[in-house]
Amino acid sequence: MSKSWNDTIRKPKKSPYRWIIITVIAAVYVWAIAGVPFTGIKETAGQISKAILAGLFSPDWGYVYLPDGEDLLRGLLDTLAISVLGTVISTVICVPFAFWAASNLSRSKLISGSGKMVLSVIRTFPEIIMALLFIKAVGPVAFAGVLALGLHSVGMLGKLFADEIENMDKGPVEALTACGASRLQILWFAVLPQVLPGFLSYMLYRFEINVRSATILGIIGAGGIGTPLIFALSSRSWDRVGIILLGIIVMITLIDWISGALRKKLV
Amino acid sequence: MSKGAGSDQSIRPQSPGRLKHYLTAVLVLLLLWGSAVQTDSTFGELIDGLPNMFDLIREMFPPKWSYVLHIADAMLDTIRMALLGTTIGAVAALPVALLCASNLTRTRWIYLPVRFLLNLVRTVPDLLLAAIFVAIFGLGPLPGIFALGVFSFGLIAKLTYEALETIDRGPLEAMTAVGANYSQLIAYSVIPQIQAHFASYVLYTFEINVRAAAILGLVGAGGIGLYYEVTLGYLEYNKTAVIILFTLAIVLVIDYISSKLREKLL
Repeated sequence: MSKSWNDTIRKPKKSPYRWIIITVIAAVYVWAIAGVPFTGIKETAGQISKAILAGLFSPDWGYVYLPDGEDLLRGLLDTLAISVLGTVISTVICVPFAFWAASNLSRSKLISGSGKMVLSVIRTFPEIIMALLFIKAVGPVAFAGVLALGLHSVGMLGKLFADEIENMDKGPVEALTACGASRLQILWFAVLPQVLPGFLSYMLYRFEINVRSATILGIIGAGGIGTPLIFALSSRSWDRVGIILLGIIVMITLIDWISGALRKKLV
Repeated sequence: MSKGAGSDQSIRPQSPGRLKHYLTAVLVLLLLWGSAVQTDSTFGELIDGLPNMFDLIREMFPPKWSYVLHIADAMLDTIRMALLGTTIGAVAALPVALLCASNLTRTRWIYLPVRFLLNLVRTVPDLLLAAIFVAIFGLGPLPGIFALGVFSFGLIAKLTYEALETIDRGPLEAMTAVGANYSQLIAYSVIPQIQAHFASYVLYTFEINVRAAAILGLVGAGGIGLYYEVTLGYLEYNKTAVIILFTLAIVLVIDYISSKLREKLL
């Protein structure tokens, strides 16, 4: 007589703590939802969302190019320029940081550990807060945005670059050491050729992120397309909001596409 | 006679041409120069501005620690916004991720357009979303929650559908062979394979959202960001320093807890 399958196959045991976990999660959600004021929504909310949607589908095409200054194309060009400069500045700054944080090139774990720590502290500083500080230094101009992006990106790029250095092949370095190359020669002829494609690819990736960040820097006055967007939002010209949003979406999609194609070629 | 110096040269491997590199370098330099002109960036300006910045940093110290009590409520609001935004995004993302995965939705003209729409959603930065939702709903944490919800939706859906495409086909085929319908297939062969990854992506998005929620207040979408404007406006830099340090501390603690949980999950 064969045993029923219930006896031979048991369901995996469930964790005894599972009810405690469920209760804790439920309590957190009750706390979170209870703290949100659901009142105070504008009665016009439906109307405005309709207006914004209408603006998206019938945008203010005249704003794309105005002969005298502030228009969409120039705003987007500003945004691109900010992200190009920010990316290049951060790439230049982060190379020494990356060599500092890479554990296979430094003599002790203490040195590379401290480098990694510095990079992660830089990373936790949001770029928009940095931009607020740089605005105090250089005024509310695009340059403040450039500096903010340049400094903030060092955190992430430095970490990615350090990972790339750690993953390289030790062979060429040992070969050059064996024939008596100096440290600088090793860096130039063994390390750099190996890590350069990775560096460039990460730089392009960071550029994609920076273009997104640069579109919001204008909200606090650090240049780019964000400033006209905020003005259009507060003056309720929804068709202009529509064209600016469309412009941002098209620009970012194009940049992602170009940068993705370049990165595929590199690696 | 045949082994002259010239033929010796031709045996050696030719070094790769440099022309392409030079052209690329020139192009990049032109791009940089154009960008610098467009943004009026000069290092002179930076050097002129540096004393201002050092003044600012000097005024930040010592931070006015008692201000922490004043902003603690706003900090809790920030965490609430991040939590609810992530949850909304995660709930909405799962069905869309199923639609995007080419091994679960076989029809090309379904998964390609859905992916395209998802890419469009991901192009709009969180702060822009917040600014738009503030215009719609008015000031307060609610627009912030929706902004974070839309943003998390895009991120979680993308990460999840990429994970869905790598799942093991075995359980799917086994379930199909015993005649399971679509919902049974999803519940018993897809979800068990994906749940740990999904939970890990949700936690990761939560980490990002805490950082994002801390600045949404700049456009009036609730949370601690509002206090940057207030303290910088009144030139109370020692209070601004407290906000920055407090946010850093909370972000680091949440990152630590979340990354420990994620390690346990995977």
